Amino acid sequence: MALLSIPFTQQGSKINFQESFKQLMIPLSAMMLFLFAWELSASQIKTSLGLVPGPIEVSKQFGNLITEHAEERTKADAFYERQEKRNAKKLAKNPNAKVKIRNYTGKPTFFDQILTSLVTVFTGFLIATIIAVPIGIISGLSQNFYTAINPIIQIFKPISPLAWLPIVTIIVSAVYVSNDPTFSKSFIISALTVTLCCMWPTLINTAVGVASVDKDLINVSKVLQLSSFTKVWKIVLPSAIPMIFTGLRLSIGIGWMVLIAAEMLAQNPGLGKFVWDEFQNGSSNSLGRIMVAVLAIGIIGFVLDYLMLTLQRFISWDKTAVLR
Amino acid sequence: MNSPYLHIDHVTMNFPTPTGEFCALDDVNFVINKGEYISIIGHSGCGKSTVLNIIAGLLEASQGGIVLENKQINGPGPERAVVFQNHSLMPWLSVYENVAIAVRRVFKGKKTKKEMHEWILHNLNLVHMDHALDKLPSEISGGMKQRVGIARALAMEPKVLLMDEPFGALDALTRSHMQESLMDIQEKLNNTIVMITHDVDEAVLLSDKIIMMSNGPAADIGQVLEIDLPRPRNRVRLANNPTYNHYRQEVLSFLYERQANPLSEKSEEMPEKKLTEAEEAAVTEEENSVDNVTQLAPLDNSGKAA
Repeated sequence: MALLSIPFTQQGSKINFQESFKQLMIPLSAMMLFLFAWELSASQIKTSLGLVPGPIEVSKQFGNLITEHAEERTKADAFYERQEKRNAKKLAKNPNAKVKIRNYTGKPTFFDQILTSLVTVFTGFLIATIIAVPIGIISGLSQNFYTAINPIIQIFKPISPLAWLPIVTIIVSAVYVSNDPTFSKSFIISALTVTLCCMWPTLINTAVGVASVDKDLINVSKVLQLSSFTKVWKIVLPSAIPMIFTGLRLSIGIGWMVLIAAEMLAQNPGLGKFVWDEFQNGSSNSLGRIMVAVLAIGIIGFVLDYLMLTLQRFISWDKTAVLR
Repeated sequence: MNSPYLHIDHVTMNFPTPTGEFCALDDVNFVINKGEYISIIGHSGCGKSTVLNIIAGLLEASQGGIVLENKQINGPGPERAVVFQNHSLMPWLSVYENVAIAVRRVFKGKKTKKEMHEWILHNLNLVHMDHALDKLPSEISGGMKQRVGIARALAMEPKVLLMDEPFGALDALTRSHMQESLMDIQEKLNNTIVMITHDVDEAVLLSDKIIMMSNGPAADIGQVLEIDLPRPRNRVRLANNPTYNHYRQEVLSFLYERQANPLSEKSEEMPEKKLTEAEEAAVTEEENSVDNVTQLAPLDNSGKAA
């Protein structure tokens, strides 16, 4: 969070160098202190996989993961090159020959897993938003509707992703049957679990935002006899935007946490599976690699939140609002 | 007598509360002629705003109703434009867009795009806000916001312009500027206006008729005062005018002698709360005082005659 505050303090035309230096140095020195404490305490703990890795060891493992990724890519490129040559030869011999094109089936690297996780979380989050925002608007506008669905929301909201997972898995396996699936089953299961867990904050915050629209503005829309659509589009939505975004930010944070847990439990591809595989692997490098993954999870979560904040800044009419 | 332009026809307003009905207005009855400027004055909580909201159609009277040009009104509509106390501009729309949203709604299909644009500019020009078309409400002062609110209401070309303490939230100097502006505009347009106020000077300066309301609960009209002062009126020249001061004196004595507000320390018109002893005493006191007032208010008959 401290890092976030840097660009905002420079909003004035005059940049106070001393102030921004301070704003940079405080979080930076705290970070150094943390790394130092980590390095010191890590070397004191001996585990079945050797010493707990400190920051230096972890950064080495990060380097290893990059190298592995690069190697895997060269292998894949080589595979596709060979395949192409083989097919070209076949076609040269006999233009009618059947050519088979296969995908490379190497092990997904750390970075492949990150990409999978990101795509999954965005899909789940998008579905949640598409469901939650309209329902939130309706329940904000209609007290009766809200009274009707409130108990359902309150019961479903606290359910852990791990409890949803078996249900979602079984239902998706039963319903999503196709010979040539566009999406893999595991992707749909993970995404739907994310949806189920992360729609509630958006729904509730949207409802509250819509319900708390200034009464005078509603009266203006009554005097003007605006149609319901114009009323929602021109008056209700703009005034509820800050609350909707608060909900969206909470949602994407929850979605990201849920996804990692779901991937670990269900062995669906993604960062969670990477962590679990390393845990089962139990080599002397595993602990370091897990720590790289954990840090990546944290940094990505932070970036996701920052993205939502930027989006809010872009969409919201109130450019003066202090967003944190 | 012709049938009146706007008739507030024996309006009674009861609010349901957990402890039974709360009677806010009891048989309020008066008429407004076309082009007349009416002020409604009274202490906080006497139901002034309730009257205005009923005329606007935002509240529905428990008994009685509102007749505008021989038609009973049914719900809110742009022919009864409202200027709200706290301007009620959409904070995300520019000055121009705030007026445009009303113009587009009211004149859809009646004016071309160009005519609408000119009409928006004309109305903003009327309130001297044509220099700040692209400003957001947060970028202009309170008085300017209220000017835009008035422009928005005027742009609807309402049959009746309703103003709920339009200058109540402004400082004294800005308020008197706004009053001057309003008098200028009124001279040009000759609108029918109903204004809620608690400012005695404002009421006397601006109005053709002042309706003084008795204290609630079960408030009704205490006295109606015709202000027969030539226009244009100038506050500085009027300051020593004996007729003007007589009118002021009349309103002041109504408010502070006959309707001395026993609830002044209490919260505003919240009908939810149970009547305390003091309030019950106020009701009885108020009934007595109404008796006094009816003898003093012969003009009240004009409303009933319709």
